[in-house]
Amino acid sequence: MSLTDLEAEASVPPASEVPGGRAIEGRSPWQLAWARLRKDRAAMISLVVIILLVVMALMAPLISKWVGYAPDFGDRKFGQTEDGLPVGLTGHHFLGTDRFGRDILVRSVYGARVSLLVGLVSTALAVIFGVIIGASAGFYGGAIDTILARFMDVTLSFPYLLFALALAAAFGASTPLTIFVITFFSFASIGRIVRGQVLQIKEREFIEAAKSLGAGSVRTMFVDVIPNLVAPVTVLGSMTIPTAIIFESTLSFLGAGSDPRTPTWGNMLSDATQSYTVAWWTLFIPAALLLITTLAFNILGDAVRDALDPRSERLFAAQKANRKKK
Amino acid sequence: MSQESDVLVEIDDVYKYFPIKQGIIFKREIARVHAVDGVSLKVRRGETIGIVGESGCGKSTLARCITGLHPITKGRIVFDGQDISNLRGRALKPFHRDVQMIFQDPYGSLNPRRRVGAIIGDPFDIHGIASGAERKRRVQELMELVGLNPEHYNRFPAEFSGGQRQRIGIARALALKPKLIVCDEPVSALDVSIQAQVINLLKDLQDELGLTYVFIAHDLSVVRYVSDRVAVMYLGKIAENADGEELYENPRHPYTSALLSAASIADPDAAERRERIVLSGDVPSPIRPPSGCRFHPRCPKAQENCVDVAPDLIVRGGDTASHLTACHYPVEAAENLAVETAAIEQLSTEPTLPSA
Amino acid sequence: MSLLEVRDLKVSFDTSDGLVQAVRGVSFTVERGKTLGIVGESGSGKSVSTQTLLGLTAGALIDGEALFEGQDLLAMSDEQLRRIRGKEIAMIFQDPLSSLHPLYKVGKQIAEMIRQHESDVSKAQARKRAIELLGMVGIPEPGQRVDDYPHQFSGGMRQRAMIAMSLALNPKLIVADEPTTALDATVQAQILDLMLRLQREFDTALIMITHDLGVIADLADDVLVMYGGKPVEHADRRSLYYRPHHPYTKGLLESIPGSTGAKTRLKPIPGQPPSLINLPTGCAFHPRCEYVMDRCVPEEPPLAAVNDKDGFPDLGHTSACWLPREAAGLSTEVERIRQEAVALGRTTGALGSTAGSTVVDAGEAK
Repeated sequence: MSLTDLEAEASVPPASEVPGGRAIEGRSPWQLAWARLRKDRAAMISLVVIILLVVMALMAPLISKWVGYAPDFGDRKFGQTEDGLPVGLTGHHFLGTDRFGRDILVRSVYGARVSLLVGLVSTALAVIFGVIIGASAGFYGGAIDTILARFMDVTLSFPYLLFALALAAAFGASTPLTIFVITFFSFASIGRIVRGQVLQIKEREFIEAAKSLGAGSVRTMFVDVIPNLVAPVTVLGSMTIPTAIIFESTLSFLGAGSDPRTPTWGNMLSDATQSYTVAWWTLFIPAALLLITTLAFNILGDAVRDALDPRSERLFAAQKANRKKK
Repeated sequence: MSQESDVLVEIDDVYKYFPIKQGIIFKREIARVHAVDGVSLKVRRGETIGIVGESGCGKSTLARCITGLHPITKGRIVFDGQDISNLRGRALKPFHRDVQMIFQDPYGSLNPRRRVGAIIGDPFDIHGIASGAERKRRVQELMELVGLNPEHYNRFPAEFSGGQRQRIGIARALALKPKLIVCDEPVSALDVSIQAQVINLLKDLQDELGLTYVFIAHDLSVVRYVSDRVAVMYLGKIAENADGEELYENPRHPYTSALLSAASIADPDAAERRERIVLSGDVPSPIRPPSGCRFHPRCPKAQENCVDVAPDLIVRGGDTASHLTACHYPVEAAENLAVETAAIEQLSTEPTLPSA
Repeated sequence: MSLLEVRDLKVSFDTSDGLVQAVRGVSFTVERGKTLGIVGESGSGKSVSTQTLLGLTAGALIDGEALFEGQDLLAMSDEQLRRIRGKEIAMIFQDPLSSLHPLYKVGKQIAEMIRQHESDVSKAQARKRAIELLGMVGIPEPGQRVDDYPHQFSGGMRQRAMIAMSLALNPKLIVADEPTTALDATVQAQILDLMLRLQREFDTALIMITHDLGVIADLADDVLVMYGGKPVEHADRRSLYYRPHHPYTKGLLESIPGSTGAKTRLKPIPGQPPSLINLPTGCAFHPRCEYVMDRCVPEEPPLAAVNDKDGFPDLGHTSACWLPREAAGLSTEVERIRQEAVALGRTTGALGSTAGSTVVDAGEAK
């Protein structure tokens, strides 16, 4: 084809090449989001806190060896006062002991393992099931949608705490059961939001464009729908983790989570109800850890949402809000 | 009439209704939107047919019926000798190679999470035509053809301006060398100076590649500029269909006259000279369209007959064979509609100014 | 004293990507009962400049003066501005649906507005006035429609309702920001017709912001053309349409498909509008200009008077361009500059590699 004239006429380089124009690099939406996230100081501190927690949890056996106490056994020598009370923050026990003379530092780092494991695994499972069910409901519509949407509604209307206590009573409290319970009660709320997102994405013109090119529905789902879900699902996931961690601690505290002998923050809090009047640290340390962890995840989740939602859109929203004030 | 082999698409009495459903589990139809209500139209090879009309007139729905995005309710669409109206799913795939669409919204019609190379290369993937390096080469050729820098293959849509994104959409539509491109308001979301760039590009591509366009727009001057023939739609029906210049110079349907007189003119003297036919009221709902001639509640020339009998789209007295008008009382050459107001069943939207 | 006098208004936004210079020094005046058209493409700063006057640009860095009946709007407190907004200056937006509250009846919204500014009006009186106003803007059966919700109105009727609301308190100035862009041609004609009639009736001043030179051709007394956050040309309507001086104005007029139906090739302006974060040096339009000279790249031209038909400087017609002061495309001197620019490949559209774009167009312009 001889299209020289045509090409010459048509070729208009992008603004990035206009002399004096701002150079725009070929950055993906993810790179842009990461750049924005990096500027957010609170988010970066939270990220460091989370990394430290993970490292601490991974190194739990090492820490246990280093301080010389196991998580499950009381220290007969220095673990209790002569009256059988927990000891405070001493050279032997940096964070004191509980009423059985067990080292709180060691129990806390082992507790972090359970909390993070349950938080991450159940969130991951909830996201997987939520996306599959929500996306199928939204994408296929019709009877499939009706059945799946009702199923999620039913799940959400379960009295989850009673259900969890009943299961624990029937099968015996254990960590896998906790994960199952948390997943079961988190996936539906994720699924509902994903379904709504898919319904919105389905109305976008690029889906029509794919259809007009002859793309099949499976391809459209994986190429055009799912990638657009990644951002909202990332946000949802990062918001679900702290909820799951608290949920786990709540169940442990009530004795319906992990085996009451396992060191978890919830079990530690539960134990502390017996001793906090004489030993404040038994309550304070697991509570502080729980607070720091959930706070860090929440701040990070918030920041991730902001980073994935470009500023221009928010600016625009602010303008609109302003107009309405009129 | 021209020979049948000339005709690329024949739209024969096509209807498209959208049911409105209510109910939570057991949905039942409570009404239907008469989006396209008996449209017949022929598109000849190599020509540009413009479809104009206001929002809700069914022009975009018609476009989606032609491209197979909406299955039609009733009627027949013949594309290149093949009846496609009853094809579904896989059987439509070859048809999707020959008919492409360019969309209105340069922001919405490109998936923001995918790179431009992947977007333009989609048609090659879907139809299994090229992959790997071959696909990349052909995508870059297309990018060059529509005036994009091929080095921007790996960029994301957000990094392009509106006009450039529309070029990406055009490149995607050209990938499979289609016979027909349906353009749904391709320039109405663009700035004026960029509109002209895209219009020129579309015209050049047509000359080079021998494309046939169905060009849908609400901007009359753009349609006049690109189209060989123009069809004016009102509430799901074609009101008038004629060669471009003929329609603009000698409109016979009162709605066409009103639409033409309402178009903005970037020339103060001409704008002051022309007499606007200000139609009363709004376009009625396509859920319960008016009886008889759809335009009668707003028509300055309406008579009793118009309320009861829907006019056929036929050649009216004194017109050439290709000028079809659906009106019982077509506009005469020297007639001035600006001074008349709707005669029948009108709800006046005349301002009631305080008596000064 | 002019009704509104804006002097050297500058507005910028501090974003994470850098400082967005949305408006870089705009001055204009609006007289009582007159219409000023502000024309520009997206990103030209046309909307931001008027929104700033009414305090609707939160978080913006603002500099300059805007005297409304002698009082500086930019120096006012939020409370003072709120009293002026609606009562003295009303605004009409492109999308009426976003400016009408979806959960309140249309009539009630108008009545509330009246009562907010005139506390002595009773509810019944306000409602009566709302009905009058709806009738005035041509809403059929206003007595019944007054109790409708916004979603029960069609697009054209919502825009009418917005106009009714803006007229409710007899403002001295109405700012209409693309009031008809979202509407169909026949409805647009109705609305423009209505605004013109009401303006004459009430002697209101009007600022009409639009991207479409066709909309204001028979509406505006004066027209201000903006590009890259700055005014490039300011003239009375006829001078601007028939004797444009700035190459951008000329380009805009030429890129519209003619209403005459001539099928000569369209003449687009090459390239893209500039980024407001990092503007081109000198004249912001120079990368897209077909008359570009050496001087345009380093030096930013000021607004200066353009010669009228008889060759005398016309103070009412100013243009920010280094070209000789005759109207564009008319003098041989200007034509020589254009040919020189083409020959040297200065007009790049953006970059040297695309000089062809101008060559092609130049060849066809003959």
